[in-house]
Amino acid sequence: MTRYIGRRLLSSIPTLVLISMVVFGILALAPGDPLGQFAANPDIPPEVRMNIRHQLGLDQSVPIRYVKWATSFLHGDWGYSFASRVPVDRLILQRLPTDLWVVGSSYLVAVCLAIPIGVLSAVKQYSLFDQLATTFAFIGFSLPTFFTGVLFIIVFSVRLRWLPFIYNVQVTDPVVMVKQALMPVGVLALFNSAALVRFVRSSMLDNVGQDYVRTARAKGLAHRKVIIRHVLRNGLIPVVTLLALGLPAVFVGAVITEQIFRVPGIGSLLIASIQNSDTPVVMAITFVYAILVVLFNIVADVAYGLLDPRIRYG
Amino acid sequence: MGQKDLSLLRRDLRNHRLSRREAIVRLMALGMSAGGISSVLAAATAQPARAAAAGGRGSSGVLKLLYWQAPTILNPHLAQGTKDFHAARICCEPLLTVNAAGVFTPVLAAEVPSRANGQVAADGKSVIYKLRSGVKWADGRPFTADDVVFTFQFIANKQTAATTYGTYVNVAKVEPVNPVTVKITFKAPTPAWYLPFVGEQGQVLPRHALDAYVGSNARNAPFNLKSFGTGPYVVESFRPGDLVVYSVNPNYRDPNKPAFSQVQMKGGGDATSAARAVFETTEYDYSWNLQVEWPVLQHMIAEGKGQLLTGAGGGVEQIYCNFTDPSKEVDGQRSSVKAPHPFLTDLKVRQALALAADRATIAKELYGLEGDATANILTTPTSLASKNTKMAFDIARANQLLDEAGWQKGPDGIRQKGGVKMQVSYQTSVNSLRQKEQEIVKAGWAQIGVGTTLKSVDAGVFFSSSPGNNDTYAHFYTDVEMFTSTFGSPFPASYMGRFYSGDPAKTIAQKENDWSGLDITRWVDKDFNAWYDQAQVELDPKKNADLWIKMNDRVVDQAVSIPLIDRKSVDSHVNSLDVGQNLSPFDSATRNIADWRRKA
Repeated sequence: MTRYIGRRLLSSIPTLVLISMVVFGILALAPGDPLGQFAANPDIPPEVRMNIRHQLGLDQSVPIRYVKWATSFLHGDWGYSFASRVPVDRLILQRLPTDLWVVGSSYLVAVCLAIPIGVLSAVKQYSLFDQLATTFAFIGFSLPTFFTGVLFIIVFSVRLRWLPFIYNVQVTDPVVMVKQALMPVGVLALFNSAALVRFVRSSMLDNVGQDYVRTARAKGLAHRKVIIRHVLRNGLIPVVTLLALGLPAVFVGAVITEQIFRVPGIGSLLIASIQNSDTPVVMAITFVYAILVVLFNIVADVAYGLLDPRIRYG
Repeated sequence: MGQKDLSLLRRDLRNHRLSRREAIVRLMALGMSAGGISSVLAAATAQPARAAAAGGRGSSGVLKLLYWQAPTILNPHLAQGTKDFHAARICCEPLLTVNAAGVFTPVLAAEVPSRANGQVAADGKSVIYKLRSGVKWADGRPFTADDVVFTFQFIANKQTAATTYGTYVNVAKVEPVNPVTVKITFKAPTPAWYLPFVGEQGQVLPRHALDAYVGSNARNAPFNLKSFGTGPYVVESFRPGDLVVYSVNPNYRDPNKPAFSQVQMKGGGDATSAARAVFETTEYDYSWNLQVEWPVLQHMIAEGKGQLLTGAGGGVEQIYCNFTDPSKEVDGQRSSVKAPHPFLTDLKVRQALALAADRATIAKELYGLEGDATANILTTPTSLASKNTKMAFDIARANQLLDEAGWQKGPDGIRQKGGVKMQVSYQTSVNSLRQKEQEIVKAGWAQIGVGTTLKSVDAGVFFSSSPGNNDTYAHFYTDVEMFTSTFGSPFPASYMGRFYSGDPAKTIAQKENDWSGLDITRWVDKDFNAWYDQAQVELDPKKNADLWIKMNDRVVDQAVSIPLIDRKSVDSHVNSLDVGQNLSPFDSATRNIADWRRKA
């Protein structure tokens, strides 16, 4: 087991190096520069622009910049944001709690909704409940968050005036804190749970027809027990994989939803940094995301083995 | 009638030395129109007594500002965009502030320097500022001339990479005469003594906070995230790219101000929802730079919960004509100065294009209160706006001009001459408003037999300064292009530099200078250049102003660039907030935040 994990970790190193090179390359090729906001302002003379580019090290060639970035990253120095001249790790850490709170709880809500709904609609296949759940899942799945987000704002903020639509971290009142998180959490939970419901349902259906289920029923177990102890436990194995693979998103935020509700998470930091060509921040976020994805892939594989004793790691 | 009479009259009115009726009689005697009179009266009487907020300092609770671009740094001289200046300006102050008309008001200076009071040197080589005495920094230390000296040292050090460096290039040295007097000496005599330390680019920094952080170490200064100054508020906490929280500066010089106990500046999102937060849900008190299409904005204003705030000087949206041929490649570049444009070098063609651009429709349908149709390139400061130019939408005259120039309509309705078809490529940035403008202009040009190919480039590309990308505005690889040039200072040298070709290798955008030259049209005009050079040194304010107006008239008469819209800065606030005269194209909207208050 340990050897397996060690081998997986080692083999992920070249993957990560390749990812970092590709991302850096794309960023270097992308147009725009950190002074883009001053573009049409002739009061910033070309000399000043050149000087600032020089101070930021942007006048060096791409390979040199990459090597510099990579070496300092390995030393734990993620560099400075061009826009705020603040160490990148500080910027990211500052936003992590908001993401854990908003995106994390949306994930939790999604799971809590999806598993019972998925199980019930599998058990009562083609019933009215199943039809409703399926409709709900397809709506949630096919409506993009930028649409549901704006729809929620218009209904709950503009028309009904129940909820604020601008997220404010300065708030200390717990009621307001929950109120302002309701819409972003709702939008994300709707989207995430929709996919999960379908997944849980089909995974349950795969198991319901298995021989061991018939055996369990034959030995006289109650219907409820059969479903919960046998079918659900086995049905959840692939779901756990899916959940583990989705977890990195909790740490990196939800780009679009954060932008709509002005949630100061890592996702909105990423978008703003891309717009400002703030390379060090974009590099750090995308790379951390890459690391998390690789890590959680390993976690998913390991969890699979723990849940299903039939799987052995050679 | 002189401006002086008017201001005297206004003062008397305000001090109740003059009744409204008397004022009207006098104004009429001075030959003023009814509209003019009402505006004088309104201006004089609308000025409320701003002496104190109703309940004194900090009594009005929390003020919430919404900026759809989030501030990322609070050191004004390291600002990355307008929003950073606005955020810094809540705590830091310049020596003078200036409005759209170019009128100065002292902030940290005791009075406005002038030739009359002897503070502006007659030879244009220096200016002396007397500073307001008894001013303290927010941490209680005294503010002195030494801080002004330091601010210059901070900016002038190239390693600091200050974005305001350009404003201070002509400053040779700044020295204290005594603790409350500072002397600024220029490298070359200049009429623009008012560039350094004025407006948002002139905010003074405390030496004791930044002394150890001059040069490349500037990025490590704690001040960048927790700035403080002599202004009404100090930064309490700052999350870059999200939220700034300010609290009252306990050492602010006016004991009754500011009115709010806390200011929150929230950033991020988009302009439309920022407008919604004021006009529809009133979650926020003030919202900045509402670049929202007029029909949408109009709909929100109609809710009646907030006020639209417009100020002159948002820049001029214009169509630049390319004097070089964008389709011919010479020495590895298109639009080369060596290849003149096949038809845009013909004055009559450019004039015809200008006459067929329907700016009135653009202004009415797309801008509404957000901008006016204009005939001028130079509109701000308003004192420099030319009155000699005329705006016309005249298809018949445009057709006549093209006929005279020998361009005949072909079978497809497009004019041609000597095998050259008048097919114009017209680029701008991706922006739904701009794409609609393009359509209106294209429709006008179609009526005079000019074919138009529209092109839109992502704003990030279009406005970038990357030499490797052919789609930037400076490469100008199309026949005409449209964008807004903004005014940064009341001295329009850099703004009008767009048309200056006095040092062609440097000023004309081309491959040899990585397209960094400001003259993107590649227009060369000896008279314009001579006037431009003269305006740099002409010390007489009246003559200097005349030169700028003459330059504007030349650009307009020659139709080098077709001005469309004199844009306004557009902010908004909820009905309960009183922000006074806060908007200025040369200073931040937060410049007078000490006076902001809740209406009773």
